[in-house]
Amino acid sequence: MKGIISLFITLSVIWLLLSGHTNPLLLSLGLASVILTVIIDHRMDVVDQEGNRISYPPRLITYIPWLAWETIKSNITVAKLILDPKMPIRPNIFTVKASQPGELGKTIYANSITLTPGTVSMSVDGDEILVHAIDQGTADDLLTGEMDRRVTRISGEH
Amino acid sequence: MHLLTDTLSWFFLLSGGLAVMIGSLGLLRFPDFYTRLHAAGITDSFGTAAILVGLAFQAGLTLVTVKLLLITVFILLTSPTSTHALAKSALHGQLKPLLKEDGGASSNT
Repeated sequence: MKGIISLFITLSVIWLLLSGHTNPLLLSLGLASVILTVIIDHRMDVVDQEGNRISYPPRLITYIPWLAWETIKSNITVAKLILDPKMPIRPNIFTVKASQPGELGKTIYANSITLTPGTVSMSVDGDEILVHAIDQGTADDLLTGEMDRRVTRISGEH
Repeated sequence: MHLLTDTLSWFFLLSGGLAVMIGSLGLLRFPDFYTRLHAAGITDSFGTAAILVGLAFQAGLTLVTVKLLLITVFILLTSPTSTHALAKSALHGQLKPLLKEDGGASSNT
């Protein structure tokens, strides 16, 4: 039930923000489409399975600025590599351990690895992620395990 | 106030455009498929995000800004996913990555 209510509120807010309409006819049509979506979601049994997704956004508040800063730093590193006439790249492949208990946590971790330029997650197998790094510097940043710890902290216990 | 938002907006637009250009240059210069993914990563992560944030500053506090920020969020969620899909299918198709080790690197393939 909690999942249904939070889905309803989320969808309504998104509908309002995207449309910006306030006249009664369009509002009731929007309400109807939100209710229809909630009913379909409920019938597909996807609402309550991801039960604690509502607790993610508050914890992401500390993670997103950190990730943005890391992304900007590694953007500059890779941009330097591109602009360097000698192009001193040293591509290498290694595995890192994903210590997140849940699948959503692992997804966030693998996606964060790929989002940071210089490292791309190639495959996820159990709790090991195969990573392709363009340079030893970007690889070392990941091997310190700080990103892993931060994602584990926000994904918490399932 | 208007001058401040305009300056910020142009700062983001120009640095985003620069990032897209550097990313495209890297796409041409880098030697193999996997390294080119990293160059495309610059265009994806910083280039588009900075351009969209710059446009959001132009739009001010309106619904357009909300939409632009939603687009930014969705791009930042989907572009790593598609990059991962590309890398995984290349790996699956037995495309050998170019590896270079100047000693000290711990690499196990």
